[in-house]
Amino acid sequence: MVGIVGYGAYVPSFRIKPEEIAKIWGEEGERIKKGLGIQEKSVPALDEDAATMAVEAAKNALKVSGIDAQKIGAVYVGSESHPYAVKPTATMVAEAIGATPNTMAADLEFACKAGSAGIQICMGLVASNMINYGLAIGSDTSQGRPGDALEYTAGAGAAAYLIGREKSQVLAEIEATCSFTTDTPDFWRRQHAEFPTHGGRFTGVPAYFKHVMSATQMLFEKTNTRASDYDYFVFHQPNGKFPLEAAKKLGIDAAKLKQGLMTPVIGNTYSAASLIGLASVLDVAKAGQTILVTSFGSGAGSDSFALRVTDKIENRKKGIPLAHYVAQKEYLCYGLYVKHRRKLKSL
Amino acid sequence: MRKVAIIGAGMTKFGEEWNRGFRDLIIEAGKAALEDSKLPGEDIEALYVGTMASGSLIGQEHAGALIADFMGLTPIPSTRVEAACASGGVALRQGFMAVASGMHDIVVVGGVEKMTDVTGGNVALALGGAGDQEWELFTGATFPGIYAMMARRHMLEYGTTEEQLAAAAVKNHKNASMNKFAQFQNEITIETVMKSKQVASPLKVFDCSPVTDGAAAIVLCPLEKAKKLCEKPIEIVASAQASDTLALHDRKSLSSVYATQVAAKKAYEMAKVSPKDIDVAEVHDCFTIGEIMAIEDLGFFPKGKGGKATEDGKTALNSEISINTSGGLKGCGHPVGATGIKQAVEIAWQLRGSAGARAAKDAEIGLTHNVGGSGATAVVHIYKKAF
Amino acid sequence: MDESLAITWRRIPERYRLEGSACSKCSSNFFPPRKLCPTCRRKGTISAKTFCGKGKIYSFTEIFSPPGGFELEAPYTIAIVQLEEGPKITAQITAPHGEIKIGDPVEMVFRKIQEDGEEGLIHYGFKFRLVK
Repeated sequence: MVGIVGYGAYVPSFRIKPEEIAKIWGEEGERIKKGLGIQEKSVPALDEDAATMAVEAAKNALKVSGIDAQKIGAVYVGSESHPYAVKPTATMVAEAIGATPNTMAADLEFACKAGSAGIQICMGLVASNMINYGLAIGSDTSQGRPGDALEYTAGAGAAAYLIGREKSQVLAEIEATCSFTTDTPDFWRRQHAEFPTHGGRFTGVPAYFKHVMSATQMLFEKTNTRASDYDYFVFHQPNGKFPLEAAKKLGIDAAKLKQGLMTPVIGNTYSAASLIGLASVLDVAKAGQTILVTSFGSGAGSDSFALRVTDKIENRKKGIPLAHYVAQKEYLCYGLYVKHRRKLKSL
Repeated sequence: MRKVAIIGAGMTKFGEEWNRGFRDLIIEAGKAALEDSKLPGEDIEALYVGTMASGSLIGQEHAGALIADFMGLTPIPSTRVEAACASGGVALRQGFMAVASGMHDIVVVGGVEKMTDVTGGNVALALGGAGDQEWELFTGATFPGIYAMMARRHMLEYGTTEEQLAAAAVKNHKNASMNKFAQFQNEITIETVMKSKQVASPLKVFDCSPVTDGAAAIVLCPLEKAKKLCEKPIEIVASAQASDTLALHDRKSLSSVYATQVAAKKAYEMAKVSPKDIDVAEVHDCFTIGEIMAIEDLGFFPKGKGGKATEDGKTALNSEISINTSGGLKGCGHPVGATGIKQAVEIAWQLRGSAGARAAKDAEIGLTHNVGGSGATAVVHIYKKAF
Repeated sequence: MDESLAITWRRIPERYRLEGSACSKCSSNFFPPRKLCPTCRRKGTISAKTFCGKGKIYSFTEIFSPPGGFELEAPYTIAIVQLEEGPKITAQITAPHGEIKIGDPVEMVFRKIQEDGEEGLIHYGFKFRLVK
């Protein structure tokens, strides 16, 4: 029985509203809020990055699990904003939580799905008995070019999942996983480039929708299930609208997406987005309930997971719920936001 | 142990001395002290120089040899002494011990710092070295910040107010206005201090000593010889030094400087005087809270009453005790390595009766108090007229 | 001032995880760690001790004139925090923190402390977060 034995999320306290960004670019804030389905997005503090947020989330996951960090056999951090291009975030995280030195560690990059890829790797290592516990983290201080549509949505956050196999510890069993992968150039960031470039409307149908829907349908087939068999759905959420559209096309009741749809209030946290959505669901799910998660990473691919919550879900009381971080907020004006994101060259 | 006296004293103008470098400053102060002593340079047997941060400020270490060289005093031994902002006071103690022990007769002790050759942020970094680099300064703490945390504890524990702190700066500017060597010769008001820009709350710009260039020097010799060489020798009747934890956070109390208390107790015992016998004192007011704590820790006022005493004018010139007649570090300026020697120069002038408009009347016994860092080193010297 | 790689590397256990030391002879706890007990000196027995990261504000100040390397974050709050196990340490309080008082409870967090410019090392370590 492979599953989640601990999970934790983290979202920084600063926020900016789309209308504050819109007025800089002569856009209409209300139209953008409606168009993207977003009310505000999170912004990291000046001393936060993908590594520090990953540590916050990992510590929360450890609290929920009650497991000694020294027993963690692998640490994988997925991000597209690793603080260093070369020098792993995973070693810093492993060191900060006390998992070193007897552990595997590596950074992962697959646009917004590197975190879910980490979960799959940990599942394999745990299922094969190579390790007892694996820690997979998605963490991003998402980048968006000033004035680009991404600037309204690119948020910051992290989610960490501790994967194990002891029945007495698993709070959500991962019953199945599969991936749908193609070479699709919808979004990228070249080495040394500060901001990502995207294909505009090309990011929709051939990229996001094709991969999310294909992976989800593949999972339905693999597990011989259908939409009505799941209590909750979590899809990657680049904005507040795409996941709802995908659900509609798949014949899924939109109400089943609501609990896991966090982008409208914290923005698109890239590698953390679907994993933070899952954390939000796990914060309220009851034993026996089922969850289907499908991530999406540009370039492109989707990982789908079928989860069943166990009675060990009560362990979540030992952690900090996502709602705590969502509720704590301080708004920034665009000037301070520019300073926080260091978008001025001279900073 | 032989008795030791000051037979010459001199200093440069303190301030932003753009036209003069490190060696110009110390040579000028050394010449002034020697001229004051009326001794030929050939009589000097050893040099001690206090300088805190010549390495980080001007890239120059080996200041002892440099100064002997440019003063034309090679090959006599010349030693640099470093104890952060107490470098001058500790250098004076080295000179005192060299003469007292009988090793040398005529010793020149100097102090110098050239601070304006680098930008403000770099001065802060250099001065930061007076604290614990790895555990205080690494976090983004600054020296004003460290003293601000002492001020906040003092305010909590004793009810000291920001206005009481300001009163020390106002008094020191008034004294400095009568000192032609002082960096600031203008008077200020409580309002000036209270309305000045925050540096590290609750400390504001006018709570802080400035960045200063300057040097000071004194000539020491055995008291018996001094009486033959000069008309108004000043005896150093006590020299005491104490250490404490480098980092402020390791101290038991943040509202007093334990090293000052220990050094003061030893100095009073050595001089066989008590705090009430002191007529005039130069104390280490790198920040206004520093002066408040100093006048308590030196025993001039009960613990916690320093702020009120200052506000009530009890430390003003010719009041209960004349504190910082030179203008202190706040008014006269604070070229860190020079400060401890400048304090001795000021007390020598006061006891000789040559302090002009800022003279402490009928002063017989004086004291200097020099602190390194946030109180990891404290040096106290006591002086008496020997004429 | 850029801290050397080796200093930063040696300090990782202390700065990332609050690993200090303790003297079992006099039951004193030390953070940052001491290798010689100042009370018992050579008669003391020093062993490693990890601190839990909970504490209280002992004193604090808001820094408006930062040293080189901290300009971007100013004004920021520096505090002396008294750890639950006894020692006091100097650390930043993370923003945003709202009103702050002596005695307020805090907990350790892992944050960026300094960066050596755009291409140099990033130094991480402890800061403290106000616990509301």
